[in-house]
Amino acid sequence: MDTVTVRKAPGHWPWIAPLLVLATAYGVIPFIGTSYLFEAILTPFLALSLAGLGLNILTGYAGQLSLGSAAFLAVGAFGAFNFNLRVQGLPLIVSIVLAGISAALIGIVFGLPSLRLKGFYLAISTLAAQFFVQWALTKFGWFSNNSPSGVIDAPPLTIFGISFEGAVGRYLFALTIVTIFTLFAWRFVNTRTGHHFIAVRDNELAAKVIGIPVLRTKLLAFAISSFIIGVAGVLWAFAYLRTVETGGFNLDRSFQIVFIIIIGGLATIRGSFFGAALIVIFPLILSRLGQLFLGDIFNSGVLEMSQRIVLGALIILFLIVEPNGLVSLWDRLRKKPLRLSRIKTIN
Amino acid sequence: MNQYFYPRSELRATIANLPIHAERNSGLSSVREHEKGNSRQSGALALSGISLSFGGVTALSEIDLNIVSGEIRSIIGPNGAGKSSLINIISGVYRPDSGHIRINGHTYQKVPTHQLARLGIARTFQNLALFKGLSVLDNVKISRVHHSRATFLEQITGLGRARREETDSLNRSNAIIDFLDLGDVRHSLAGTLSYGLQKRVELARALVAEPKILLLDEPMAGMTPADKQDLTGFIRAARDQFGTTVVLIEHDIGVVMGLSDRIAVLDYGRKIADGTPAEVRSNQAVIDAYMGIDHEENPTGGSN
Amino acid sequence: MDGFDWIFFSEVLIGGLLAGVMYSLVAIGFVLIYKTSGVFNFAQGAMVLFAALTFVSLVERGISFPLALIATFAVMILLGLAIERTVLRPLVNKPPITLFMATLGLSYILEGGAQLLWGTQVHALDLGIEDTPLEISGMLISKFDLIAAGISAGMVALLSIFFRYTRTGLAFRAVADDTFAAIAVGLRLPRIWGAVWAAAGLVAIVAGLIWGARLGVQFSLSLVVLKALPVLVLGGFDSIPGVIVGGLIIGALEKLAEVYIGPYFGGGIESWFAYVIALAFLLARPVGLFGQRPVERA
Repeated sequence: MDTVTVRKAPGHWPWIAPLLVLATAYGVIPFIGTSYLFEAILTPFLALSLAGLGLNILTGYAGQLSLGSAAFLAVGAFGAFNFNLRVQGLPLIVSIVLAGISAALIGIVFGLPSLRLKGFYLAISTLAAQFFVQWALTKFGWFSNNSPSGVIDAPPLTIFGISFEGAVGRYLFALTIVTIFTLFAWRFVNTRTGHHFIAVRDNELAAKVIGIPVLRTKLLAFAISSFIIGVAGVLWAFAYLRTVETGGFNLDRSFQIVFIIIIGGLATIRGSFFGAALIVIFPLILSRLGQLFLGDIFNSGVLEMSQRIVLGALIILFLIVEPNGLVSLWDRLRKKPLRLSRIKTIN
Repeated sequence: MNQYFYPRSELRATIANLPIHAERNSGLSSVREHEKGNSRQSGALALSGISLSFGGVTALSEIDLNIVSGEIRSIIGPNGAGKSSLINIISGVYRPDSGHIRINGHTYQKVPTHQLARLGIARTFQNLALFKGLSVLDNVKISRVHHSRATFLEQITGLGRARREETDSLNRSNAIIDFLDLGDVRHSLAGTLSYGLQKRVELARALVAEPKILLLDEPMAGMTPADKQDLTGFIRAARDQFGTTVVLIEHDIGVVMGLSDRIAVLDYGRKIADGTPAEVRSNQAVIDAYMGIDHEENPTGGSN
Repeated sequence: MDGFDWIFFSEVLIGGLLAGVMYSLVAIGFVLIYKTSGVFNFAQGAMVLFAALTFVSLVERGISFPLALIATFAVMILLGLAIERTVLRPLVNKPPITLFMATLGLSYILEGGAQLLWGTQVHALDLGIEDTPLEISGMLISKFDLIAAGISAGMVALLSIFFRYTRTGLAFRAVADDTFAAIAVGLRLPRIWGAVWAAAGLVAIVAGLIWGARLGVQFSLSLVVLKALPVLVLGGFDSIPGVIVGGLIIGALEKLAEVYIGPYFGGGIESWFAYVIALAFLLARPVGLFGQRPVERA
């Protein structure tokens, strides 16, 4: 009897675990974390999680593979910077929303090929977004306020009169935005329109036959996804790097976000967080291990190359061994103790 | 032969007690009765002069087919006779090379697939076409899409029309799910079900849209005799209870003979016979065409 | 049209066509693998880098040119077989997107591995072909480009002949046309896939040497994959004639646009222009250059 109740518990209170995580993130971590933890781990983790969340809506839920996420990160970052710079007195929060909208609009434009193209053809066409946006932002100095280096400082983070300064402040800023969007995404994937995304992914013809507006659904997926990734770009530049520059929004970044959702788990909200955590943490572990065992030979060049190798190997490993990602691994591990306890009760 | 295909009596009782049945009788089905009375003989769906070829291979040639409102109309024929192509033309998946399709008084060169549901047509697919990543309930519920008006914001907040529509489609979906005995797997992911159950979920998904015309592409393929018997009962009940016109493609001649009001027979893309089961059975052309069907028929289903 | 420099135009056009042949060369590596196993091998670019880096490092270590070439051939064949064995065989029957992702991971391993092994510095690669302009009826054409295009064209022709007339080529085609039938008549798939990956490795060497001599052997060499992708979109993933013509079209249009349109945009448009060409074409004609409406009969 008991075991049955325990087993059903997560289903009945799905919000308990997220709530505990949130309580810890707001109530405990800010008081015990070091600035290294916030600046090098948690803030980039949050920004990448949000980017993963955005891509997961497009790729995991709606089934449209995009290899151009970094372009939308860049549009978000540069958009927020320019709205903030050029419109006097515009609250930062409005700049961020407008940046998200800009990313969404550009997402729709580059999503248009999805109406005709599928699979690889579409994935490759999203590379057009990657290269075009990167080119435009580098080519036209206006976007970076004609800064000679192309690197510009992000504005201070002040929202509703509250200033999010310092490592903890920026972490809380990122945390709040990520929480809002996670809540949105969690609601969204359970709405009718959210189900339309899955339907279009699983069987486009059947979706069309039952009257789902397939084309509109795909464009909406591009719009929502790009909006979220755009905001993630703002976090990346404003809260993590503190500078806005095109360099970091390259093809490798796009692939990194794809890797996040594959390693974490496609079509799951949690997956984006799991994947981002691994992507942020593994280079740190690798660097520690490398220095420990190899000492001086393990310089930054070697580190960079071994990171590439390990990342590539991780992807292949996950695809072969755990195609549903860390999420399904996690769920299995969580069930295991339960199964053990059930055996105990039976005994 | 007939008693084999009648639904079991307890099934009939279950269906009669369905809430959806009561609702239908009070509201929608009175409209249906009216329609039925007036247009029993008029065509719900008419194909004329339909031809289709793929890269020089003729799939259909000069097909005329008039499907009357409220009938169960089967299309049979040996493998490769063009049966599925016909369904795909009716549902707008293919554009015929010539001919036109008339649905509820509208004439089409190519049926607009995205408006199919609004035209009152639902279909199932020969190869399963469920949304594997959604639960059975969500697979069925999603088919209420053309009844939905809630805005994006209402959906996210779960307020206003979104809530009412959600309740309404939930009730209707649950009724259909119970009607098709799918209650036990209601919350299972569709992709995890057995073949027979998935076929039945597809039927549920089609029925919940309250179609005037239901296109079934080999619904019995790969089913056990018991499953077939159930499904036969469900199809007949759908017609009897909801007044749905059924267009059925099926290999199992026994099922077809027992269930159909009329049968059209295709062979090599041509219509070689069209009439009641008795007429078709005694038609020499059909007998000739069917000399081969016993060994062409694939007992495990698959493609035709 | 007065004053339009037709000679200059022709120079640009021919330069573009020659570059296009080199794009086709990379794209053909993709087609080989895609046609026979349905795998979209994103790692083709990394294989090009790996091959060029291995070759140039061997030469720099004093190994003679032919010997280094043979050694690189051997390495690439082993690499191809190893990839088939360790990455693709465990993923057989998985969705195409999964396989694509695996090759993306593979490209990371190869890029990291090649540079970890041979270092990250830029290596000059001298194939002994002078890059001097030749004057042909008033136009100046790069001799290197001409020879590189010639080698590429030869490679393309060789592959076509191989596919068409040899037993192994026939087996490749059988697998590409109908995998099940191929198994049924006793073709052993893993062996064929191994051979295909080895063949793709050989294509990578040729591409690596030519591109390496042009651009220098360095990390950016693996980015030639990004030049081949629009060619594939245009020509079709499974069509050798398609990618040849696609390469020519993209090479020519890209160069012309760079010279005649680029200045209005501040230049540098070649990073995305090819994609726009491919997309525009595909939106107008979804089946691609030589695509056919698939035969469906139910």
